Amino acid sequence: MYDGGKIIAGIIIGLVLLTFPIWYTHGMAPKRPEVKLPEKEKKCVKDGPYMKTKHMQLLDLWRDSTVRAQKRIFVSEDGRKFTMSLQNTCMSANCHAKKSEFCDRCHNYTGVDPYCWDCHIPPKEEPKEKSEEML
Amino acid sequence: MGVNRRKFLKIAGISTLGVAAKPATDALAFNPKEWLDEKLGGFTPSEILLHFGHQPEGSVPGEALTGTRWAMVVNVRSLDEEIAEACMDACHKVHNVPHIENSKHEIKWLWHEHYENALPGQHHEHIDDDIKKLPFLVMCNHCYNPPCVRVCPTKATYKRKKDGIVIMDMHRCIGCRFCMAACPFGSRSFNWKDPRKYFKDEEYPNPKYPTRMKGVVEKCNFCAERLAEGQIPACVEVAQKLCAEKGKEPALVFGDLDDPDSEVRQVLRSHYSVRRKPELGTHPNVYYIV
Repeated sequence: MYDGGKIIAGIIIGLVLLTFPIWYTHGMAPKRPEVKLPEKEKKCVKDGPYMKTKHMQLLDLWRDSTVRAQKRIFVSEDGRKFTMSLQNTCMSANCHAKKSEFCDRCHNYTGVDPYCWDCHIPPKEEPKEKSEEML
Repeated sequence: MGVNRRKFLKIAGISTLGVAAKPATDALAFNPKEWLDEKLGGFTPSEILLHFGHQPEGSVPGEALTGTRWAMVVNVRSLDEEIAEACMDACHKVHNVPHIENSKHEIKWLWHEHYENALPGQHHEHIDDDIKKLPFLVMCNHCYNPPCVRVCPTKATYKRKKDGIVIMDMHRCIGCRFCMAACPFGSRSFNWKDPRKYFKDEEYPNPKYPTRMKGVVEKCNFCAERLAEGQIPACVEVAQKLCAEKGKEPALVFGDLDDPDSEVRQVLRSHYSVRRKPELGTHPNVYYIV
């Protein structure tokens, strides 16, 4: 093989460069986000694993049954009743009172930007830095 | 013996068949479960039925006001500027309707017009001066035969079968404004600007009700969200309170047209009433007593 040394060296350098993103970022995966669960209310309308994977479909169903079918009360499997409302039930003071500590954590991590909040009003939160500045 | 032409062609043919068969078998390997999953958005059929087919006990609020054809009567003779403004204010506060000065961008659910604009065609030059001054409260007429519903390409606006309210599903509105062109009463407003930028007042926005986003059409919803909680529309509530204080007949009356004993039917029986632009055949459900 002509110029064998150069070719092999080139291949090695090439491989190193190609795999650079893999080994350089090894072990640097960002921490999985942790959402803050409500303190007062311990039980969601459905169980945790279900809500983790299907909350968006559930919200869509809630939306359709409220707006289109005028069915406004959700009856959970264990018979508890909830008004189907993102603003007034999910985000109520007893449940996910802070959007930034619940919704945003996972949504920011996974880079999804749901347009719920273009219209629905998230609960009021005191901006952290501002209150410290004011002190 | 090498590979002759005949043998080569045979092998090539069989290999081609083999390669081509893969997508064909894939297409045949139809998985009904996966297909259903995709169609039902990840829900099981029983979950879908639970939501749309079956109504568990208590799924419709017990306190909700029910009717089969909601209607409103505006007794213009009981109205004055103060009551009209109070009604508009109550409506716009409850529903987070922004107050925009620029009339090209303004959003209105409930507003007042002069006689000649509210009831065009009825006007003549010798009309009573008092009537000319009266604030005619106008809003969506919740027509029995709504032209806006006919033109909506996404069925974002639709007439509720149960009670006849013409309502908007904001999630579906694409902002084409066909409904605005179709509505002969100008009852619909388009959000040219982000409405949230106009909420300066401390009380805005009402956290119980959503706002809208830029690019959707909105209008009066006959307080469907209040009816579901057993309350009459906000404007009617305010008007009746103020009229009672001033010792006037109620300026706004709300009720079920299909119920012969309802308040609207009683008022309509005892007064002569007109509707806006009846010649268009939309059959408004808002009546005016002049």
